[in-house]
Amino acid sequence: MNRKNVRVKIDELKTDVGLFKNLELSIGKVTEEKWAEPMGPTPFPSVTALRNWDMKLLQRYKPFYMPFCDLCCLCTYGKCDLTGNKRGACGIDMAGQQSRIVLLACCIGAATHIGHARHLVEYLIEKYGRNYPLDVGGLNIQVEAPVTRLVCGVKPETLGDLEEVLDYTETQVTHLLSATHTGQEGNNLDFESKAFHAGMVDQVGMEVADIAQIAAYNLPKADPEAPLVDLGCGTINVEKPVILCIGHNVVPSVGIIDYLKANGLDSEIEVCGLCCSAHDATRYYKRAKIVGPISWQLRFIRSGFPDVVVLDEQCIRIDTYDEAQKVKAPVIAASEKNCVGLPNRTNDPPDEIVKDLVSGKTPGVLILDPEKVGEVATKVAVQIAPLRKKFKTLPEIDEIIQKSKGCRQCDDCRRACPQDLHIPEAIKAASQGDLTKLADLYELCIGCGRCEEACPIDLMIHSFIVKAGEKQLKQETYKIRCGRGAIQDVEIRNVGSPIVFGEIPGVVAVVGCANYPKGGEEVAEICKEFANRRFIVVTSGCAAMSAAMTKDDEGKTPYELYTGEFTAGGIVNVGSCVSNAHIAGAAIKIANIFAKRNLRANYEEIADYIHTRVGAVGLAWGAYSQKAASIAAGFWRLGVPVIVGPHGSKYRRMLLGRADKEEDWYVLDARTGEKVYVGPAPEHLFYAAETKEEAMVMIAKLCMRPNDTTKGRAIKLTHYIDLHKRLFGTMPEDIHLFVRTVADIPVTMKDEIIKILEKKKWKETVIPDPTLLPRLVRKRKE
Amino acid sequence: MATAEPWQTAEVPGPKKAFVIAKADVAAKMINKAKRPVLIVGSKAVEIDFGDKKLIDYIIELAKKGKIPVVATAHMVNEFLKRDYKPKGWMPAVDISNRLTDPEWKGLDGKGQYDLALFVGLPYYMEWTILSGLKHFAPNLKTITLDNTYQPHASWSFPNTKVKDWAENLKVIIDNLGGE
Ligand code: SF4
Ligand code: SF4
Ligand code: SF4
Repeated sequence: MNRKNVRVKIDELKTDVGLFKNLELSIGKVTEEKWAEPMGPTPFPSVTALRNWDMKLLQRYKPFYMPFCDLCCLCTYGKCDLTGNKRGACGIDMAGQQSRIVLLACCIGAATHIGHARHLVEYLIEKYGRNYPLDVGGLNIQVEAPVTRLVCGVKPETLGDLEEVLDYTETQVTHLLSATHTGQEGNNLDFESKAFHAGMVDQVGMEVADIAQIAAYNLPKADPEAPLVDLGCGTINVEKPVILCIGHNVVPSVGIIDYLKANGLDSEIEVCGLCCSAHDATRYYKRAKIVGPISWQLRFIRSGFPDVVVLDEQCIRIDTYDEAQKVKAPVIAASEKNCVGLPNRTNDPPDEIVKDLVSGKTPGVLILDPEKVGEVATKVAVQIAPLRKKFKTLPEIDEIIQKSKGCRQCDDCRRACPQDLHIPEAIKAASQGDLTKLADLYELCIGCGRCEEACPIDLMIHSFIVKAGEKQLKQETYKIRCGRGAIQDVEIRNVGSPIVFGEIPGVVAVVGCANYPKGGEEVAEICKEFANRRFIVVTSGCAAMSAAMTKDDEGKTPYELYTGEFTAGGIVNVGSCVSNAHIAGAAIKIANIFAKRNLRANYEEIADYIHTRVGAVGLAWGAYSQKAASIAAGFWRLGVPVIVGPHGSKYRRMLLGRADKEEDWYVLDARTGEKVYVGPAPEHLFYAAETKEEAMVMIAKLCMRPNDTTKGRAIKLTHYIDLHKRLFGTMPEDIHLFVRTVADIPVTMKDEIIKILEKKKWKETVIPDPTLLPRLVRKRKE
Repeated sequence: MATAEPWQTAEVPGPKKAFVIAKADVAAKMINKAKRPVLIVGSKAVEIDFGDKKLIDYIIELAKKGKIPVVATAHMVNEFLKRDYKPKGWMPAVDISNRLTDPEWKGLDGKGQYDLALFVGLPYYMEWTILSGLKHFAPNLKTITLDNTYQPHASWSFPNTKVKDWAENLKVIIDNLGGE
């Protein structure tokens, strides 16, 4: 890495009210001297620095491409038909093209988090200064920023230290994106390696964003007992003016909350949010409320609840502005990434903007000053609430019945519905006065609105569904433990050994978006199942919300029933999308704190450790976005398998191991240098499951690692077999691949399993000190 | 040659699209002609109800009559076992499909790669992406979908068909299977 020790940075203030510039000189890297750990082999790794490691993984987990389009239309030579691996005019083949799109998605995802981090850090530095300390967990966290330490080899201690980290990630994304240019790269495995690289720098970007906001905004600092906050449409007091924030960057929400507090309005106004801004708002302010996952956007706005809608960045419906206008709710766009075509009023006096919004002279504005957003949003909400009286666009029941009579039963809605929901049947029943079939669709509908776009007679089908399910919507009152941030060092110390030896059967990270095949309840069910089995369940993002949206017989939600500690049986919400970095961080810290492996710029060794020893698996059951792709890619490079739901097959490539190919499953025994067969553990690196049952069995299976002790393996096998028997109705056929010695066999199933092993001509093997890296062999065999 | 529209409107592939199976007995003939067919059955096989029977019941009949090995995807093995039918194998849909692209794979019985894969009962979009993978990367494999929705990436597919006619089609296929 070509870095000079002297750097000059000139920061311009964002507003042109202040014309001065903030000139700062930093000489040398002062922090570096304080970190005694020796520098590892790959500080600030270039695009190819970890290519060998990637290729090792890709050799085991070969890409299976499922093209989502047969053509390429990226340049004017095209369109090119790549059917059956034909080459395009530039010479690229189908495998190359698909992997190129994967890289592109990962670049988009990484750029999004990194851009988000950059905006946050710039803003927070402006507000709190470059020397503001990065405290993410007080004395409980000595190893803060584990991802950054691992990847970059630096130990950021202040907000200002994050800048060079972001410089690095931005450079990498530029290089990676450039590789997608026609004729720049063409080998599919090299594209895949680059996608891994994008995932890794994405993880750094996410970590930067989250530790910056945790430190500066004093969000819960690795707190297992982070407060329980409200979630669900039913928790929002619609008697009050309601401000709705949608997106991922909490800065404007903080502007609103600060303004409310400063003006003593916090008990008079409801601040609620959708998607990750909501997560982060509740981390900042206990009284903020989470409406629900991304798929609640249309239903909440059309129900007329919000009096003003504030948009920041990422995962916001593009038509939110139109929808908000229909319910007479003004819109404030607050991010330069998402200007919504609105006039920039950043420099106007707040009261003028308020007047224009309340009078309807302008239905929306762009304000790129979070404090001003706070003032304007609050004043608008207060003034407009009595005028608009929660005006909604949901139809009345009679109207639904009447309009449904016009339905032509043409199936266009159903054929547009990504869930293939039986809409025409439900509309037919509605036309006869029976709305139950429409109500049944409420839980399954992901709120995309495609059905309405398709309907030739313009029925507001999604609104029909929401109205029919209105009772359910109003009963959505849940508790979620707000995002706790990082995992404490002491928690890692406590669970490090049982995880690595397999006695805690696994860490399941339930993360990602809400493009679920059959509603969010499946997510809650999976979380509870694995917490009951004493796995550690970690959640984030929309999935963390879905995990909350269920109650037991006594009306308690999972976050009330399960501990928030990172321990067996916990359901641990780390926070928003950018908090995903803490999940990777926990795995990294196991290698560092528990196993005492060097962290600093030592990516390959730590990834090898995690891949062969830490039984962690990610489940992104409703993954839809490019960010989800890059988040997954970050875990792939660490060797952590990721499962997605059936819609995830549209990511167009899987990374699949072949359990039937014995030669793929050898590792080196670091003690002897000998090659040892360890079975397909873990079998896949990226794979789309078809049903929740399949996913559950696979989660248990993918938690097995070559390093498991016999006791640990027996526990993991027990869960795998038990789930397989319950959900698949039979014994798994591949047990012999996971039994290494007789002591691995769960005692209660001994006779049954021994019989199977005999039939399969099973041979005993040894439990190695596993590694994929020859350089880690301590004693080389001649 | 008859043409057809993909069931999900936007799932438009590219220049090479599945031939339309206009008559069910043609499908039976193709299955009879295959040397090594395999039948891949997804999770919707228990969701689809024809009134008298479920899709899975027809599939079992079909597999028995045509002596075609079944791979149950997702958690379907349980449903087969409940019906006293043991599928030849069970594995995730992406796994069996991945194996079908490998010319070296020896099949579930160790006797070699398959030449015809019949798909039925996967979620439409998942079957769509999987059949795409096979169209592009399994050049020696023919694929037929027994679903009632047009799957453009298959080699052969029924057009979008009403559920009632679908049951009829399946009956015709079953009747015409076997007997060289
Ligand atoms: S990038 Fe290559 S394959 Fe794509 S349109 Fe251009 S020449 Fe064709
Ligand atoms: S809004 Fe709901 S019903 Fe309509 S197409 Fe989307 S998922 Fe289907
Ligand atoms: S698209 Fe409209 S008219 Fe056609 S079936 Fe659906 S609701 Fe009826």
